Amino acid sequence: MKKILTLLSVAALAANLQAGTITVKGSDTLVVLAQKWAEVYGGQHKDVAIKVNGGGTGVGFAALQAQQTDLCDASRPAKAAEIAKCRVVFNGSRPTEYKVALDGLSVYVNPENPLKELTLDQVKDIFTGKIKNWKGVGGADAPIILYSRENSSGTYEFFKEHVLKGQDFAASAQNQQGTALIVQAVMKDKNAIGYGGAAYGGSTKLLAIKKDENSPAITPTEETVVNGTYPIWRHLYVYLDPAKDKGEIAAYLNWIRSDEGQKYTKEVGYYPLPKNLRSN
Amino acid sequence: MSSNTEQRRRSAGWLGIHRGHQARPAEWLAEKFIFLVSLSAIAMVLLIFLFVAREAIPVFFGETNTALVQPTIPVAEMDKHSPAELQRYLDLTPEQFKSVSRETKLELMQGKIDEQNEVPENFRNDPDARINTTDWKYLLQAHQWNGYDQPEHIWQPVGQIKKFNLLPLFAGTLKITLIGLFFAVPLAIGAAIYVSQLARPRVRETVKPVIEMLSGIPSVVVGVFALIVMASALQNIFHYQTRLNAFVAGLALGFAVIPVIFSIAEDALTSVPRAYTQAALALGASRWQTAWQIVLPAALPGVFAATVLGFGRAIGETMIVLMVCSASVMSWNVFDSARSITTTIAAEMAEAVNGGPHYRILFMLGALLFAATFVSNMIGDFVIHRFKNKLEGKR
Repeated sequence: MKKILTLLSVAALAANLQAGTITVKGSDTLVVLAQKWAEVYGGQHKDVAIKVNGGGTGVGFAALQAQQTDLCDASRPAKAAEIAKCRVVFNGSRPTEYKVALDGLSVYVNPENPLKELTLDQVKDIFTGKIKNWKGVGGADAPIILYSRENSSGTYEFFKEHVLKGQDFAASAQNQQGTALIVQAVMKDKNAIGYGGAAYGGSTKLLAIKKDENSPAITPTEETVVNGTYPIWRHLYVYLDPAKDKGEIAAYLNWIRSDEGQKYTKEVGYYPLPKNLRSN
Repeated sequence: MSSNTEQRRRSAGWLGIHRGHQARPAEWLAEKFIFLVSLSAIAMVLLIFLFVAREAIPVFFGETNTALVQPTIPVAEMDKHSPAELQRYLDLTPEQFKSVSRETKLELMQGKIDEQNEVPENFRNDPDARINTTDWKYLLQAHQWNGYDQPEHIWQPVGQIKKFNLLPLFAGTLKITLIGLFFAVPLAIGAAIYVSQLARPRVRETVKPVIEMLSGIPSVVVGVFALIVMASALQNIFHYQTRLNAFVAGLALGFAVIPVIFSIAEDALTSVPRAYTQAALALGASRWQTAWQIVLPAALPGVFAATVLGFGRAIGETMIVLMVCSASVMSWNVFDSARSITTTIAAEMAEAVNGGPHYRILFMLGALLFAATFVSNMIGDFVIHRFKNKLEGKR
């Protein structure tokens, strides 16, 4: 009898917890930040449990369409096809989009590489395979070895759309599973070039980027990314069903986008939203 | 007399299994249960294949369309089109089409137009933007895409114009698998001959478990080892340009395949009757001659089966290849990078839009891979059985 009572009370407790559970699923780029937010917010609000899962932006949208998650983390804006699928299950309304953080992407080279800066066009020509030798951009006479991310990565897609202007990566670009592996490969290979989050560069050299021939070369720092002078940056997003944007979920989203929530972005390698996009 | 038959009846069938369920119902139940479990394993394999194939069917029949620029239907003209046309236009299943309201359909029609308006300016007039890239022609043949100097096989499934040419993946898979087998087969079979025919019992008892222990190393560990240690070490020896290439992946894959080939080949070699060896030795052949000219030819079908099963293991191996090389280059040079089918599925499935063309093509690749490993395992199994029967004198 005692056992049954304990079981019942455990079940009741679980049901109780369920009431205040927010599920988050999506981008692997955002997962560390989302976990950090969940941890801090969960610590402050004992009645709210936040479950964070990665899997990828596409997986997040699939879960959102299947109504298996409350929030969908995305490292890119939703595609029209995904929005359309969401509309089918959200009674015709578009998913609500919140920008939650900024990410600056930098171009890494080996520290032995004498090069200091590149224009955006040169970066494009290098990664599309038009420029194959460092000589072509004023470096030493050596072949350029390209490192890229897997095409499932939001970073890959962003880089392809905004830096390569939609053109294909050179087929010889070696796809790595994560930014850390790109950094590791660039450190081992003195002719290598790669890209990834500005805060993950480790001891590689981060190239300064010029918007065009005549603009100044800008190195990626918090200041230059947040004020938009560094040219390669993106927003990170959260999507949800507008019908769910109330109560605890709305309070949580509001906190994420407040000054307090934004201060955790830097701890995991991203940058805070500019003041005008914050919730307070 | 009667007590004697009684006793014989009681001892018939160990634990009474043969006497049917009346005598030992619990055992009868357990027997049937185990039978059901094994049946369910077969059913699972079938179901998995059906599931994978079902997701891929629209690609097989050319029902997917990835053209970037597509004609749209103005929202106001919704009623001029039949429900079936609208359902296909809006990418809905018949059930979804019935369940959504008219307002939602209008919203979705507007969504279609928004989608077209999202297409960047510089792609609107691109000749490739009107191509359905999931057409079989573009899946298999080279095409001169805008911005390329010559027709090429391109696998770039993410971007404005999605290029799904499968040949780089087939080439990559075969390249890595063959390098792996090229390295693993001679080593594994050599080791099997040594262990089963030449080695002293003491040596055999240490070498055999050690080789078989290789299969206990998780493939992700082999992958990391290849990525961090082998890639640089081999580059220092061969001085090739691409540090992470098919050669490194193939060698690392060899480690995963060696124990598979070794244990089956060793089995086959040991099951050659001792009479063969003894006859050869008695006629004055050396141990080496016996092993090479008598035992190996006798066990050849088994050794062949081991190789085929090793091929099945190699072609399906994911983690090692995923970690070491993954550039989808269309090239047969072993020192170039390569991308295997397994890598492609593992790396891209997470981000493919659920139910979209990319997702379906990945499932199709999965179905092809399933068929390839299934056939190779079946051939292997078939040959082993024939071989066993032949050695035992059965037809």
